[in-house]
Amino acid sequence: MAASETTQFAPPQVLTYDPAAAPPLLISQGAEGRLYKTTHVQRDRPCVLKYRPPKPYRHPILDARLTKARITSEAKVLERCYRAGVRVPAVYALDLVSGWMMIEWIEGMTVRQGINDWLGERPEIPPSPEDLPDDAPLIDAMKRIGAAVGDLHRTGVVHGDLTTSNMMLRPQKNSQSSGQPEVGDGPKALEGDVVLIDFGLATQSVSDEDRAVDLYVLERAFASTHPRAERLFVNVLEAYRGAFKKASSVLTKLEDVRMRGRKRSMLG
Amino acid sequence: MELERLLFEQLHIDNVPPTYHVHAALFRDVTNAKFLHEQLLARNSGFEYAFVDATAIFSRTQLLSAIFRALTGLINGRLATPNVHSEIVLSLSPNNNIADAYRRFGITPGLTQDIIVVKTWGHLSENVAGKPVRLTDDEISKTTDWTKVCKYYKLNDLPVVDAEKDPVARRVMLERLAIMSMALRGV
Repeated sequence: MAASETTQFAPPQVLTYDPAAAPPLLISQGAEGRLYKTTHVQRDRPCVLKYRPPKPYRHPILDARLTKARITSEAKVLERCYRAGVRVPAVYALDLVSGWMMIEWIEGMTVRQGINDWLGERPEIPPSPEDLPDDAPLIDAMKRIGAAVGDLHRTGVVHGDLTTSNMMLRPQKNSQSSGQPEVGDGPKALEGDVVLIDFGLATQSVSDEDRAVDLYVLERAFASTHPRAERLFVNVLEAYRGAFKKASSVLTKLEDVRMRGRKRSMLG
Repeated sequence: MELERLLFEQLHIDNVPPTYHVHAALFRDVTNAKFLHEQLLARNSGFEYAFVDATAIFSRTQLLSAIFRALTGLINGRLATPNVHSEIVLSLSPNNNIADAYRRFGITPGLTQDIIVVKTWGHLSENVAGKPVRLTDDEISKTTDWTKVCKYYKLNDLPVVDAEKDPVARRVMLERLAIMSMALRGV
């Protein structure tokens, strides 16, 4: 609730219509857009509304065109991924004129938070070598991350901004039995399906170069966000290698990219 | 009274101005589809409704998503069809072909027996000769023609759907895919 009160921006008009609705909750704010939690058509359909407000410093016609193109591209990429079975949020609705898109609300926490919570509970330096922490849950999570990125790339999409903040850990539902939530312990740390989010910079590409840069960005982001777990990053790459046929040539390319950095050209 | 309540269910749709009232009803065994279709063709203003073929509908959420899209277009002043009611029928379609949308999701004289009627601002007429039933997911699913739905929304031969063995999860997935196709029409 506090978040909506400290908001310095007015919410998009679509979130101001319904007097009975809960006040729009701003959940994140980036350079390009703002994310609100709201509902799609029915109260029991939570969703994220991604709003790209008009930029006053741009010419209005250019601004409208850019906003439209960006929402369109993001929505198309999400549909392509969802149809191919890559775990991403489904698109519920869009309004290219007003500059918003409603997408499925993903339950759970970000991978970043999951890893930090998990590392936080463990001492940095074990008292003795015998007390080395059990890394199995973390290694398993890394493998699921690698497989998720591999699935994405196999589909012909590169994310453009892979970080552990742009991945969610969605608790698995036991729909097999009764659909009832499990009694007792909540979901354990680092469990759940890895769901990729924020496709604002995603593009459709199958080139080794683009895929390798995607992995490189993740590798760098991982090293700076979770330095204590950096040595386990090889597990991401190992799972990635098994995800699709051309993965090994991407990993070869990754070595080149590491040598020279993200940008291929010397310019910019 | 009970009949009237069934006839005049007011739909609540989130994030729509409260002045936009939407009513809907589901009719079974409709005998005058031909007459209704003629009124639409004649642009009879007394018959400005969205008449939706119930066999192409599988859930309330699907229907509400189409109404939401049509209302969004109305608010923005960007309707692709003559009015918000025809826009609702178009909004059910995953492609921009309006005639195609009317044929698939609207009523067909001589064929359509189960009709969902949607009306914004105003009451439902008693001109639909059929048996009103509650517009619930249960009632809707009784007449859903999944062959049609899967064809219209291109849901056949998707490995991700075939791999999902749990029927509930599978339905959720199909619903999301269909709603996504509706949302992405024309983009």
